[in-house]
Amino acid sequence: MSILAVSVWRGGADGRFQTFTVPRLDAQTVLDVVTHIQRRLDPTLAYRFACRVGMCGSCAMTVNGQPRWTCRTHVANVEENGKLTIAPLAHLPIVRDLVTDMRAFFDKWARARGQFQPTKTRRDDVARVAPSSAARRAVDAAIECIGCGVCYAACDVVAWNPDYLGPAALNRAWTLVKDVRDGAGCERLAAVAGDAGCHACHTHESCSERCPMHLAPTASIAGLKRATALAVLRGDL
Amino acid sequence: MSPGAETRLWLAQRASAVVLALCVVVHLVTMIAAVRGGLTAAEMLGRTRGSMMWATVYGLFVLAVSIHAPIGLRTVASEWLGWRGRTADAACVIVGVALLLLGARAILAVTL
Repeated sequence: MSILAVSVWRGGADGRFQTFTVPRLDAQTVLDVVTHIQRRLDPTLAYRFACRVGMCGSCAMTVNGQPRWTCRTHVANVEENGKLTIAPLAHLPIVRDLVTDMRAFFDKWARARGQFQPTKTRRDDVARVAPSSAARRAVDAAIECIGCGVCYAACDVVAWNPDYLGPAALNRAWTLVKDVRDGAGCERLAAVAGDAGCHACHTHESCSERCPMHLAPTASIAGLKRATALAVLRGDL
Repeated sequence: MSPGAETRLWLAQRASAVVLALCVVVHLVTMIAAVRGGLTAAEMLGRTRGSMMWATVYGLFVLAVSIHAPIGLRTVASEWLGWRGRTADAACVIVGVALLLLGARAILAVTL
């Protein structure tokens, strides 16, 4: 039976890697490896997961230096000479072992005005939005984000400026900017145009490269740049 | 800095980049052409002295640099040095003004 040498981050920010030996199995995912360690080798290992099928986004970790969903990452695609290195997501405080504190990540969604602001009441008719309209197509291209934090961990700008709102929050804001039912308008544009907002993006495209949902937050951020620029030229911002 | 001001800076840097792209092309083509006529101070000054066209081209060039470079430096200061806020903004304004004055002096020296 072949084996894997797995280095796993233990402890908090000042922790260290601990190496475990795990049996190598066919069709084995990185989440299977972490689960094997926790159930068979060290029950004190802390990690987070829920659905195991790429729907919830809670099992994201840094695998061999890259942020990934561990449930959808086959060991065969990432192991290097029988070795794996598994660490918590970057750019977020470590709670313990492989668990990060996601509050800063989601607080930024709120700071980017990621909440839908209705313009109608429950007594109004249901809004009719043509699926073929340009605005709706722009929303469709970005709406499937499940908030896993992979893009945030991959973003260089977050590393350089911890206040930067990050790709996911800005992507969310863009879906609302293009939502014809939303009424936040210039307030949201103002929320995403500060010195930690869309203009800080360097278009490195690490977020688009790593997004497990194959979204393109970079394109959404470019849309926000255009929208804020137009608002300034119109005198609205 | 306010969202509107931040967006204006972004627009200014993009617009100045467009001007710089054109000016750099003119500058490089001129250099290549100028070398063919012999690379002497007299030859260069003969082309530029009293020329409104060269004063305008390099005036635009200097203006674009004075806008573009400080905005970029502000980002570098923020991301690499963690230097943000009014002191960083003031330092970048000083750099911009210095570039403008030095560039204007050079243009005046070769066109007047």
